[in-house]
Amino acid sequence: MELNGAQIVVQSLIDEGVEYIFGYPGGAVLHLYDAIFQQEELKHILVRHEQGATHAADGYARATGKPGVVLVTSGPGATNAITGIATAYLDSIPLVVISGQVSLPVIGSDAFQEVDMVGITRPCVKHNFLVKDVTKLAETIKKAFYVATSGRPGPVVIDIPKDITAPHIKVPYSYPDSVSIRSYNPVVTGHKGQIKKAVELLLSAKKPIIYSGGGVVLGEASEQLIEFTRTLGYPITNTLMGLGSYPATDKQNIGMLGMHGTYEANMAMHESDVIIAIGARFDDRVTGKLDLFCPNAKIIHIDIDPASISKTVRVAIPIVGDVKPVLEQMLELIKASTIKIDADALAQWWKQISEWQAINCLEFDRSSPLIKPQYVIEQLHEVTQGNAYVTSDVGQHQMWAAQYYKFNKPRRWINSGGLGTMGFGLPAAIGVKLAFPDEDVACVTGEASIQMCIQELSTALQYKTPIKILNLNNRYMGMVRQWQEFSYESRYSHSYMDTIPEFVKLAEAYGHVGIRIDKPEEVRPTLEAAFAMKDRTVFIDIMTDRTENVYPMIEAGKGHHDMKLRVAIGTSTDRELA
Amino acid sequence: MMRHIISILMENESGALSRVAGLFSARGYNIESLTVAPTEDPSLSRMTLVTRGNDEIIEQITKQLNKLIDVVKLIDLADSFHIERELLMIKVKTTPEMRDEIRSMADIFRGKIIDVTPTTYIIEMTGPSEKLDAFIAAIDPESIIEAVRSGPTGISRGELGLHL
Repeated sequence: MELNGAQIVVQSLIDEGVEYIFGYPGGAVLHLYDAIFQQEELKHILVRHEQGATHAADGYARATGKPGVVLVTSGPGATNAITGIATAYLDSIPLVVISGQVSLPVIGSDAFQEVDMVGITRPCVKHNFLVKDVTKLAETIKKAFYVATSGRPGPVVIDIPKDITAPHIKVPYSYPDSVSIRSYNPVVTGHKGQIKKAVELLLSAKKPIIYSGGGVVLGEASEQLIEFTRTLGYPITNTLMGLGSYPATDKQNIGMLGMHGTYEANMAMHESDVIIAIGARFDDRVTGKLDLFCPNAKIIHIDIDPASISKTVRVAIPIVGDVKPVLEQMLELIKASTIKIDADALAQWWKQISEWQAINCLEFDRSSPLIKPQYVIEQLHEVTQGNAYVTSDVGQHQMWAAQYYKFNKPRRWINSGGLGTMGFGLPAAIGVKLAFPDEDVACVTGEASIQMCIQELSTALQYKTPIKILNLNNRYMGMVRQWQEFSYESRYSHSYMDTIPEFVKLAEAYGHVGIRIDKPEEVRPTLEAAFAMKDRTVFIDIMTDRTENVYPMIEAGKGHHDMKLRVAIGTSTDRELA
Repeated sequence: MMRHIISILMENESGALSRVAGLFSARGYNIESLTVAPTEDPSLSRMTLVTRGNDEIIEQITKQLNKLIDVVKLIDLADSFHIERELLMIKVKTTPEMRDEIRSMADIFRGKIIDVTPTTYIIEMTGPSEKLDAFIAAIDPESIIEAVRSGPTGISRGELGLHL
């Protein structure tokens, strides 16, 4: 079969099994859009800004495990996509981003809408390609999908000059079934000797803890993690990216760790003698001050990326491999092992942990006449029975969603953890809803974050993706204000806006339902009514207590054992804010 | 801060060099010198990179380099017996009375005079970097018009080798 370049791109995506492509047209991709127009298999989702395209594809990828696909034009189209590409890169999300480029003969001449996309994206992609030969197009696309989805996943950019997609140049087309790259061979199974050593250390621990991260979600290893954890009977803590990979409501789960993790999880990390890190990367928001990190622990680290091991924290036993087969290998050895877990020590350890849990670090004022954001998330959890896909933006609302929506399944919690990208939540929710039209999808956001990609409300209408937006409106950039309160003597420099739009009218202007509430008793019925509107996007503008802070917290320069806890409930709301 | 000489075999493709250079600047590693040229297999380039760092930093550098899709293989030559050579071309001013002295100095260091004008010599010399340093130090600094150094390249001794 002979096809032109534009048809090759479209047919390759179809042959790759791509369902949706998120994009925005422009000069350099007009041939491609013409090819998209002339077929029906590949569905194009027209966003309102290229950042939205990358986040929507990213949300789709996080929820499904399949790569998200993006199409943008050259120049500003390409640069607008960068934030979304970097977001996916920091969280290891597989994306294939196709960007148009000016024609080969004018590359380098500062042509109209020309930027060096390969150069600009180099530090925030797993790999990128500039296609200079139409006969290499199909193979390059196959390589891009292979690189994006294998090993430690990540975004891959394919920059395609306009003349490569020209309609009149036709070449034979066949899409390769598989492709190999001699310089790229990700490790899968773990080293047997290392695994044996790890199992011995793990079974002889007195104060063990399992610290698991996003790698378990990406590696589809939730089932293995659950069996592993239950077999051992050890406490487990999840990172922000790992929420849902082990059920939050299970008694062995002692909550999230890190800056806004639970007191018990951070104390257990600090006091532990053996830590097994599974698909987690010792991010600075997890470790706190490195010098103070887990002073007595021997660390086992399973990660598919060798560069993640001993990057910030030296580990005793590194295991490079895909978490799923490695956990399977470990389980086999644990079951066959003659080493007996010290039951007395473990019971003592659990007793200690339950004392930390008794502090009840996530309690908040339930008698306040104002809407507490934590209460909203608890109610969201109840109304959706813990089964919703929850996307978020970045800030206080993100932390509350992570703390109070008890995720029991992987891939339900969709947030920008590494890059911390405001504006992520709404387009991501659209991507999720397209993938799972029959599931509840909630976007937990704030009045600052939502305005960063609010134009995608229009996309939500066009493609009938009925999502529920919970706008925790505290009239502040809450997390910035919180840091300013703690560290800058409450000098609230530019952390509030004088003019906040009337979100109800705004939602209505975009063709959606808008509801504003400001009393705690309105929360439950409003959420129930919103989720009952199956075919409408509902924007709930929730006026929350603007003084509320995220607790507990490890402040900058402190260790896990030194958390700032909420002062006694009932005294915290008396503060006057600017 | 130990000196390391990392030898990298990579795809001979446009942009491969910028991926390596970009990695070093983005992650704050230093590059003392860098040489790169195609190998006997034209699809591959060989890069020799001199850097400094403690064991942890060098471990990260080699891991991050290995992560680049274009990098096929690499070795840290400092881990084993190896031979290093650097090329120096140095142009010096010569007065008639200085000519003999510079010539004999070049001989002592096994250098060759490869260009002569009435007022200048160009001397070519290869060797470990320290030898070139020593030669430059032995010459009157006033007489040096220009010195060009390639940066070291290296190869491991014995049957060990960096190849596909």
